[in-house]
Amino acid sequence: MFPAAFDYIAPGALDEVLSLLSQHGDDAKVLAGGQSLIPLLKLRFAAPVIVIDIGRVDGIEGIRRENGHVRIGARTRHRDVERATDLRGTLDVLLDAAPLISDPLIRNMGTVGGSVCHADPAGDWGAVMLAVGAEFVVKSAGGERVLPAAGFFEGPFTTGLHSDEVMTEIRIPVGTGKSGGTYLKLERKVGDFASVATAVHVVLGDDGRIASAGIGLCAVGAHSIKATAAEAALAGQEPTDAAIAEAARLAGEAAEPKADIRGSAEYKRDVARVFVQRGLHTAVDRAQGAAA
Amino acid sequence: MKVTFEINGAEKSVDVEPRTLVVDLIRTKLGMTGTHIGCDTSNCGACTVLLDGRPVKSCTLLAPMLEGRKVTTVEGLAKGGKLDAIQVGFHEEHGLQCGFCTPGMMLVGKALIEANPHPTEDEIRWGISGNICRCTGYMNIVKAIQHAAAANATENTAGVA
Amino acid sequence: MAVDTAEAAEAAEAARQAMGGIGVSLARKEDARFIHGQGHYVDDVVLPGMLHMVIVRSPHAHARIKGIDSSAAMAIPGVIAVVTGELLAQHKLAWMPTLSGDTQAVLATDKVRFQGQEVACVIAETKYIAEDAAALVSVDYEPLQAITTPQQAIAPGAVVIRDEKEGQTDNKIYHWEAGDKDATDAAFARAAKVVSLETFYPRCHPSPLETCGCVADLDPVTGNATIYMTSQAPHAHRTLFAIVAGLPEEKIRIISPDLGGGFGNKVPIYPGYVVATAASLLIGRPVKWIEDRTDNLISTGFARDYYMDGSIAIDENGKFIGLRVNLLSDNGAFFADAQPSKFKAGLFHIVTGSYDIPAAHIVANGAYTNKAPGGVAYRCSFRVTEASYFIERLVENAAVELGQDPVTTRLNNFIQPEAFPYQSASGFEYDSGDYPRAMKVALDMLGYDELRKEQAEKRAKGELMGIGVASFTEVVGAGKGKDYDIAGLRMFDSAELRVHPTGKAILKLGVKSQGQGHETTFAQIVAEELGIPASDVEVREGDTDNTPFGLGTYASRSTPVGGAATAVVARKLRDKGKIIAAHLFEADVADIEFAKGKYNVKGSPDNVKTIQDIAFAAYTNLPEGIEAGLEGVTYYDPPNMTFPFGTYLVVVDIDKGTGQVKVRRVVAVDDCGVRINPMIVEGQIHGGLTEGFGIAFMELITFDDEGNCIGSNFMDYLIPTAWETPRFELGETVTPSPHHPIGAKGVGESATVGSPAAFVNAVIDALSHLGITNIDMPITSDKVWAALRSKGVTE
Repeated sequence: MFPAAFDYIAPGALDEVLSLLSQHGDDAKVLAGGQSLIPLLKLRFAAPVIVIDIGRVDGIEGIRRENGHVRIGARTRHRDVERATDLRGTLDVLLDAAPLISDPLIRNMGTVGGSVCHADPAGDWGAVMLAVGAEFVVKSAGGERVLPAAGFFEGPFTTGLHSDEVMTEIRIPVGTGKSGGTYLKLERKVGDFASVATAVHVVLGDDGRIASAGIGLCAVGAHSIKATAAEAALAGQEPTDAAIAEAARLAGEAAEPKADIRGSAEYKRDVARVFVQRGLHTAVDRAQGAAA
Repeated sequence: MKVTFEINGAEKSVDVEPRTLVVDLIRTKLGMTGTHIGCDTSNCGACTVLLDGRPVKSCTLLAPMLEGRKVTTVEGLAKGGKLDAIQVGFHEEHGLQCGFCTPGMMLVGKALIEANPHPTEDEIRWGISGNICRCTGYMNIVKAIQHAAAANATENTAGVA
Repeated sequence: MAVDTAEAAEAAEAARQAMGGIGVSLARKEDARFIHGQGHYVDDVVLPGMLHMVIVRSPHAHARIKGIDSSAAMAIPGVIAVVTGELLAQHKLAWMPTLSGDTQAVLATDKVRFQGQEVACVIAETKYIAEDAAALVSVDYEPLQAITTPQQAIAPGAVVIRDEKEGQTDNKIYHWEAGDKDATDAAFARAAKVVSLETFYPRCHPSPLETCGCVADLDPVTGNATIYMTSQAPHAHRTLFAIVAGLPEEKIRIISPDLGGGFGNKVPIYPGYVVATAASLLIGRPVKWIEDRTDNLISTGFARDYYMDGSIAIDENGKFIGLRVNLLSDNGAFFADAQPSKFKAGLFHIVTGSYDIPAAHIVANGAYTNKAPGGVAYRCSFRVTEASYFIERLVENAAVELGQDPVTTRLNNFIQPEAFPYQSASGFEYDSGDYPRAMKVALDMLGYDELRKEQAEKRAKGELMGIGVASFTEVVGAGKGKDYDIAGLRMFDSAELRVHPTGKAILKLGVKSQGQGHETTFAQIVAEELGIPASDVEVREGDTDNTPFGLGTYASRSTPVGGAATAVVARKLRDKGKIIAAHLFEADVADIEFAKGKYNVKGSPDNVKTIQDIAFAAYTNLPEGIEAGLEGVTYYDPPNMTFPFGTYLVVVDIDKGTGQVKVRRVVAVDDCGVRINPMIVEGQIHGGLTEGFGIAFMELITFDDEGNCIGSNFMDYLIPTAWETPRFELGETVTPSPHHPIGAKGVGESATVGSPAAFVNAVIDALSHLGITNIDMPITSDKVWAALRSKGVTE
């Protein structure tokens, strides 16, 4: 119920954080909002030697638009994304996902970057980032890397982040095309992890065809899944019922769910299909309704 | 390590292990037992406090995270012997039975109506969805928060000619 | 003279509210401390020199203990002791009796018999140190095969779990029957139709928001034992402590302070209480033990886990003529049910419910499994939840098979109002009821006929909507002493009332609130009977040193038994007041009248002495031969149980794509007799409906094949939030209990008893046209989806 003892430090500058990380590596845990880390510490599933609190570091929080990207500081809280209503019409899927993460109290503290790096296969942001084609800026004492979301999530709680790195920013490309998206989550109650969730982000060309589609699946695999076959099937297509139904079917097949107390694998796969189908319809309707 | 923060308007400096959960700091170190512990997986909200005005789970905060910040607990609601509107609402509308979830519920309710002075019932239910109550079935908690919102509105318009 | 009747009525109403007697929705007197965060719960108790205890628990469901090594734990600075079963055995405390006549391990000695069982206790200066040390206690286990269902348990050749019990050669606990087998067999023999149901009421947990715990303070100099304890029955616990621990009873004081909910979870005696007490005795310092949530869910008194199958025999006119039920109970590793000792299946035999069924036969068997002990808990009224669920589900299925609307089937078979008091086929005498009336109120509130039309239209379009009906009758108020006892202690209850010279009063009770508002409602009874305003009546519960002996609060018994005791003792004081009034008026006692706190001589209604005048006189101006004081105590032995009832209606819509069930409406009409405080009664119903909703749709403790518990924390044991919980529409009828002094019946558990079947029947009603007749609780979306797919239904 309480963590084992650890050392604690709250550096005021990013450089110090990076220097500590290269010094301690796997013996350290980075603390952002703490809403994933602290429960692990309390259950003693994690017992770091040192906890590095990045709460005082400047420049890693906030949402802004720049050069065709929406840039989200890694330490931005879920509740701030919830309230970024000017993202409506640009990144609907983020606005729809944010309020569904855990519960309102957790959202007041938990951060987007923290959640992405924690990489719970049932964590909502993973599927969203895959759907919108996000890139993650990660820094170490040795420099900076920019990692695409696709491929970042390797397994349960395992990502491409090295132990001496910290994520500083999430960058999402936003073009000028008409876009729409949504996030659908099957949860047994508020605060539960997803049983199944799907993130959909669609961009329509001027010709009304689907220029690109992003589909992320949550809680139906060892990590968040990008439904690439479904996405490819939609690219260049008219957004008809049939095209959407086929994409949904492919998305269902991309899922690799495990049977557990929440349901059979067959159930979860089918809900993923149903959600992608419903989500695509909503995404297309929104994109079509969007101002040019 | 030393942690310095403000709690219910008063500055406090305590010496604690970094691993100390804020709920334990409040209950054990400061002897303020109005904040409660109901679970061990951050699911129930009985430990809710306001951190810089925002409701958070104090069981999922480490003591050092309070450095330089302002905490409000249930003990800080009444001012100079006068009950906060949220406390009046809970009493008038029978919004509590065993009282164990009540401190957390009141703080969430207060923060909710401060951010959203005229919430719908759905907004209230959504806003308190991180706080479990086993006794009331939530119906009267919703009424209590509505009561407080209405009282605030009356007070705010009272000075208007 | 002209009388302004509206003004007079207003004045009368104001006086009624100010008095706060029965029927007034008085705001609660106890609220002040809670809204200030000054509630005084067990974990708030801090005593000088207090130590903290953490329990080391078994990770295995069934295993032999080869050895325990506490050396690493003891080496941590601040660790005072590590207590094991071996140490307790030296003091003959390793095993203790249960409330059901079995024994339970305090700390495991030979084997562990469920995952989470208590194996050792670490006592240290702080709880953080205690937990650090607990992680270092090393136990060497030899795992054994785990039995995870009662069917496995009673199968021939099953490994014997309770091999330490002399004479126990299998896993069977009890066999118990009620009703009349021959009459029932005869009824089935001549039935025109037999409808059957096999269903499982899964393991769930009362899970009050405050977990269990204690602070045990044994003073080595005086020998006084003060135990702060989360106890719904402090007097019973005290007597049992005295017997079990061999402590002198007069030296034990149990203080049950504010409780953060109980729901039956705080009735059993848990190993933690015993070890903390023993540790305090041995160490000579207070010891605090507070469970965490995992401790609570994995080891304390769970609820239900009841396999039920049975049939109803129906004659050619659609009348129920017989009921058979077979029960198999999973009681876990120790038979520790808290229930009246003469009944092994609690009050399950209320299973004929609201229906006039002339013959019934119930056969109950209990089995040991490698799971936590318990079964009777969670607002169950002693297994009435199981019984009510079963009969209401069976009647639903009977309606389908009869081709009738479920309301029609019920109306055709209800016990009629003129039949009360009604002798049921299983041995109860129902005190009063009007089932058709409650049903009618509910149907009108819902707009039932319109919704059936809507359902038909939706069904034609392939949309799934259901209306669930449940008309429960339950039985509470345990109970008459010769039939009802807990571990031999008869189930009377008590009230001690003293009126002070200045006319205020203090009422001390043998029951114990965990949030039900006794400090208000019991004061209201005194206000009604004696005319002392409720605001002037202090109510005390929970401290065995200054309350009369009572059996506590559970099974909705406080109002039926404690409330009756309160009314009776108040009337005793009222009657003594007449003697004093006669003295003051210099009149004959027979000529003294009393109403609403005022005494007068017959014929002179305007010349009054108030109860406050009488109270003062009781200490200052007494007639010859009358003792001073205005005080009394009553131990009330109820002549019968009471029988609250009601009709609940639930409307659901089902998403065919995901199987999710959305509850659209809940109408709940309750009849608990006279309502002391309508606001508090409604609060109890809201809470009970929410627990019923949780049980129906999400609450579950289950086990894998190895006996690993799934549902031992709030990530897995799902309690509804304000978002999922439906809004409730409440109605009422009032059919007083003829034998209760104020006509009240009790209501705390009615909604948890009656609502699960309403929720489940709604889902079944949405699906029965597809041929689906049962889905076991919790009805999760995947189960609905699977049922739909099995019938070829997709989005």
